[in-house]
Amino acid sequence: MPTAEELKHRIEAAIPGSRAEVNGADGQHFSATVTAPEFSGMSRLEQHRRVMAVFGDELGGRIHALALSTRPE
Amino acid sequence: MSENPLRDEIAKAIADNDVILFMKGNPDRPMCGFSARTAAALDALQTPYAAVDVLPDPRIRQELSALSNWPTIPQLFVRGELVGGCDIVTEMYETGELAKVIGVEPPASAPEEAPVAAEPGAPPLQIQNNLQN
Repeated sequence: MPTAEELKHRIEAAIPGSRAEVNGADGQHFSATVTAPEFSGMSRLEQHRRVMAVFGDELGGRIHALALSTRPE
Repeated sequence: MSENPLRDEIAKAIADNDVILFMKGNPDRPMCGFSARTAAALDALQTPYAAVDVLPDPRIRQELSALSNWPTIPQLFVRGELVGGCDIVTEMYETGELAKVIGVEPPASAPEEAPVAAEPGAPPLQIQNNLQN
């Protein structure tokens, strides 16, 4: 079962300079606030795509839901 | 025509409808909280929109995500462009951007939070049967 800690590390490892706060005690429904320098100049849609791409097919499967809030650093 | 009639059908639905929401269930009976919140934001703007239930056939979701490069449901399109999923739509509703993108007046008393339940509005157009080939 995925943990909030795992998601946090994977986001921060995949997106340079990013910081992620992840919640999700039930192991299925997570929410994340992610800041990253590269988000500046990206639309909100692109920022969300960038974070979701870290998890690929796991979204909707192993990770049932990931509510996102993103902003540039 | 490509060799993928279902994907063509989805692309046509997106092109033919100014505002179209792909969701789980329908606006009157959403089958997922994220779909419910997204439909409620549209209902609050009292704007007509097409709604497609992706649940009857898992291929709808597969083809939609392949087309939009967006993995999750719901997905809102306005004039052919993907606006986003529940988080983005909810955030844009709260800031008034959603009304602007769709081209309607924001609700008179701009609520600070997105509505949690559907309010009566224009009945949504149901086209999901066209996608069950």
